[in-house]
Amino acid sequence: MKKIIETQGLTRTFGAFTAVDAISFDVYEGEIFGFLGANGAGKTTAMKMLSGLLAPSGGSATVVGFDVKTQSEDIKKQIGYMSQRFSLYEDLTVLENIHLFGSIYGLKKAELAQKAEVLLEQLEFTDQRNTLVGDLPLGWKQKLSFSVAMLHEPRLVFLDEPTGGVDPITRRQFWEMIYAAAHKGATVFVTTHYMDEAEYCDRVSIMVDGKIAALDTPHNLKRQFNAPDMNDVFLQLAATSVARAGF
Amino acid sequence: MLRALIKKEFSQIFRNPSIIRMMLAAPIIQLIIIPLAADFEVKNINIAVLDWDHSTYSEKIVNRMGASGYFVIKEVAHSPEEAQAALDHGTVDLVVEIPARFERELVREDEAKIFLRADAVNGVKAGLAMNYSGQIISQVNQEIRQDFVQFPRFSPVPTIDISTRFWYNPDFNYRHYMAPGILALLLVMVGSMMCALNIVREREIGTMEQMNVTPVKSYQFLLAKLIPFWIIGLVSLTIGLTVCYLVFGLYPLGSYLTIYLFAMVFLIASLGIGQIVASFSENQQQATLFSFFFMMMFVLLSGLYTSIESMPDWARYLALANPVSHFVDVMRSVMLKGSNFYDLQHRFWALVGFAVLFNAIAVLNYRKRAG
Repeated sequence: MKKIIETQGLTRTFGAFTAVDAISFDVYEGEIFGFLGANGAGKTTAMKMLSGLLAPSGGSATVVGFDVKTQSEDIKKQIGYMSQRFSLYEDLTVLENIHLFGSIYGLKKAELAQKAEVLLEQLEFTDQRNTLVGDLPLGWKQKLSFSVAMLHEPRLVFLDEPTGGVDPITRRQFWEMIYAAAHKGATVFVTTHYMDEAEYCDRVSIMVDGKIAALDTPHNLKRQFNAPDMNDVFLQLAATSVARAGF
Repeated sequence: MLRALIKKEFSQIFRNPSIIRMMLAAPIIQLIIIPLAADFEVKNINIAVLDWDHSTYSEKIVNRMGASGYFVIKEVAHSPEEAQAALDHGTVDLVVEIPARFERELVREDEAKIFLRADAVNGVKAGLAMNYSGQIISQVNQEIRQDFVQFPRFSPVPTIDISTRFWYNPDFNYRHYMAPGILALLLVMVGSMMCALNIVREREIGTMEQMNVTPVKSYQFLLAKLIPFWIIGLVSLTIGLTVCYLVFGLYPLGSYLTIYLFAMVFLIASLGIGQIVASFSENQQQATLFSFFFMMMFVLLSGLYTSIESMPDWARYLALANPVSHFVDVMRSVMLKGSNFYDLQHRFWALVGFAVLFNAIAVLNYRKRAG
């Protein structure tokens, strides 16, 4: 299988603090890769380095074939990114946001108009096209945000806790959208705190204190840790961190 | 891509009532209030009169001062203590003391004294009070002399007659002096403050990060911020010039074209300052503090309130490095003197220099990727 992300000893320090400590892993084209870890384990920092928002302090990584150190702007053309914080423009309408981000990724006018229609149709947002995004409920915003991140059909999309604070029904719909994107060939790199969502991933890595403590399919991880579900796997690994921190 | 970004800025601006209000109300309110209130001409100087002489001449002096329009006779004191107390309490700014035998000495000895004591806490006011009263007293003095002295046909002492004429603002209208400067101030506000806050707001709410993870280039993002505020600045200037005409009857003696030409460049320089401020601020509070600091420095050293010529040398060099001082001078020269582009060429190139410098710093300082 083709690798879409390759990291070798990727490190990021902030002063004396090492947020990401020499992580090495690969992500394959077309898979749904779950990136788990407790708050402060270094997930977001790692994700920012891979998406070209933060310069690495050490190690190396290539994303969609480009070096994160020197070619971050080339990476940005090929990826989608949905941050932890909602980051569409709340004071623009649904359609205006779609047009803005579509144009930024260089979609042509006709293509963009057609894609916008399909997108609105799929989200059942046709009546809300001229609604300000700020007036939408959270779950709707997240779905829109994901669709906008996928508008330019990126080969790889980073999702940072996309379902945080969202109701179970919307969460289910959201994962259906993720599956649909993966089915079309996109690679999905997703962080989450919901362990049921971890079960949906093809492979899962669990970060503890800036290091990758485990990486495998959910099935193998459960066997390895002799756990009934991913929740237990996570608790076993995260407990080592808590013990070390002296809580 | 740039077009989409600019369109986005305009949609956001027109949905934000506070920006529109600021754009419309700021020029009107500032132009009407500041020139009227910030008036350096001193009127209503309160005086206490301590007249020991009670003669025709002493009365003449006191009456003349009272009628001049500059002084208000607040107190007629009967003892030095009373006069001093009034000065101490601040009820009066100036004590005029006319000694006993004033008239007699003036007539007999050709020489008499008047004592003036001023409250010099407000130095400008005290100086002006002294100046005005000196003028009035010497005028009265002249008249008295004319009563007594028979002038010979040819004056034995040659005199130089000074005839003065004040150009460009002949009636010393302070508003005409201030209004063009206020217009300059307005453009700095739109440029540096509004633009900086707008950029930093995107950083605060996280949309900046989303932009940074797209292929948008730094200069495109900043240019998309610059252009809408540049247009808003020119609209504000237009409103301001209209207010100047309607309220103060003030229109440029030079051409509007010259004003707009300079304003266009000056706005780009101010917007550059705003972008630099934004690149150093994490949140809107910081941006407000930074831009407030810059505004204070720029405005106080701009010659808007105090003349640059009377500043110490080091401050004059600082003023040269201040785009606001160049633009304030341009506005005054074009509005009041009718200067044209060629008269002000050196200012133009200075402003172009600032515009290029500040924006270059802003673009170089904008990092899509944190270090």
